[in-house]
Amino acid sequence: MTVLAFLDAFTGALEFIFEGQQAGIAGRGTVGGLDQIGDLTLDHIEVSALALAGSLLLAMPVGMWLGHRGKGELLAVAIGNAGRAVPELALVAFMVAFVGVGLVNLTIALLILGIPPILTNTFVAIRQVDRDAVEAARGMGFSEAGIVARVELPLSVPTLMSGVRTAAIAIIATATIGPIAGVVTLGDLILGRNVYGDDGVLAGAIVVALLALVVELSLAGVQWLLTPRGVRLQRAPAGA
Amino acid sequence: MTTGSLATLPPLAQGGDFFRERTGTSCVEENGFFCFQWAADNIDSYVTPTLEQLYLVVLSVAAGFVIALALAVLSHRRRWLVPPLTGFTGVLYTIPSLAFIFLLIPITGFGTLTAVIPLTAYTLQIIYRNIVAGLANVPAASKDAGRGMGMTDRQLLWRVEIPLAVPEIVAGLRIATVSTVAIATFAFFAGAGGLGEPLYSDIEFKTNVIISGGLAILMAIAFDALLVVAGRFASPWRKVRPV
Repeated sequence: MTVLAFLDAFTGALEFIFEGQQAGIAGRGTVGGLDQIGDLTLDHIEVSALALAGSLLLAMPVGMWLGHRGKGELLAVAIGNAGRAVPELALVAFMVAFVGVGLVNLTIALLILGIPPILTNTFVAIRQVDRDAVEAARGMGFSEAGIVARVELPLSVPTLMSGVRTAAIAIIATATIGPIAGVVTLGDLILGRNVYGDDGVLAGAIVVALLALVVELSLAGVQWLLTPRGVRLQRAPAGA
Repeated sequence: MTTGSLATLPPLAQGGDFFRERTGTSCVEENGFFCFQWAADNIDSYVTPTLEQLYLVVLSVAAGFVIALALAVLSHRRRWLVPPLTGFTGVLYTIPSLAFIFLLIPITGFGTLTAVIPLTAYTLQIIYRNIVAGLANVPAASKDAGRGMGMTDRQLLWRVEIPLAVPEIVAGLRIATVSTVAIATFAFFAGAGGLGEPLYSDIEFKTNVIISGGLAILMAIAFDALLVVAGRFASPWRKVRPV
């Protein structure tokens, strides 16, 4: 019975995505359809990409610098741990209560969310690069910037990228509650049951989940492309 | 970016009337930074959500630990299972919590189960990965010693390998538990209560945001400390490695 009920709900959600439906009690006209889903998806991607770019710009250089210098381990680890303990909903609510709603404020909240995984992973990634490789590069006359760019960074791609992926997923997931900060994202479908109905809610959940999976797979692809062949071969036998 | 149409603000904001009853102090009317009087008068209304959150976290992490341990033991002597299981738990981890909950509602309905399934699923990746890594790091000499004493494979696993993997397992449990406390603030969307409920009922009231969010963060810190201590008791032969 639950299987049938689920198929029913699922069919309704697909119809909502591809064709659209009459609006619910609080809306007018039709809702859903590929045009609206497309617009909402683009809104969702836009705010997520802005936030991720911000986190990368702020956290990567700091993580690289600390990792290269081998200092600030406590700071990097503490920021990573603290980041996990802060509920996403509380972070966005804090922003709304103390700063206000709007695209800029939501982006800042999401950007803060992305910093801990990127900072900690960048630090760990650079730190775990074989010191012999770094010394060899230094002996060959590499500048410190050259060592970071041409030795430490390529060798640390897998760990570094896993932080970027964690941040991206967290940001996309949290952008779903964008509407409570006055920013329309795919979360509008999920949180707006009185406008979009049950089919719209499920449709929103499906599209958000797909978006997260597509982004995760794309970033895994980017990681594979960026990883030097030698590192790839080295890691292959480990299995994961 | 379309910014507007807030006709869509969720219908879930129950209890709003209670929290909006800001009579008496001017602090509440002005939405001051933190209204101590209001907090003192209303702190008891946060007790139930806190207990609900506590229950969700304990249930989810316990279920996640049992499942991850079973998967890790299963793949311990069948190494080829590790990559697909790592991939599968990774995919589960990728699904955004809100989407996960609303995908489940047509199947499992409103209730604790609909919140516990995603929360459990999220813990699998980190716990499974850490148990596998912990088992893989057990020194060969310890295993040889066990075998030399005539232990069977099963005895070796439960008496030598798993005890020696405790530091990694505890490290995984700490990360999983702290994350679960944070994500469990979404549980009320599944009808399972938790601290997200008071938080969401009035996200513009600063005192409420600080109390609800603060309680969740304190709970995460308390769990973390508890697990550090438990880890030390479970591995008396060495200090728990910092994560």
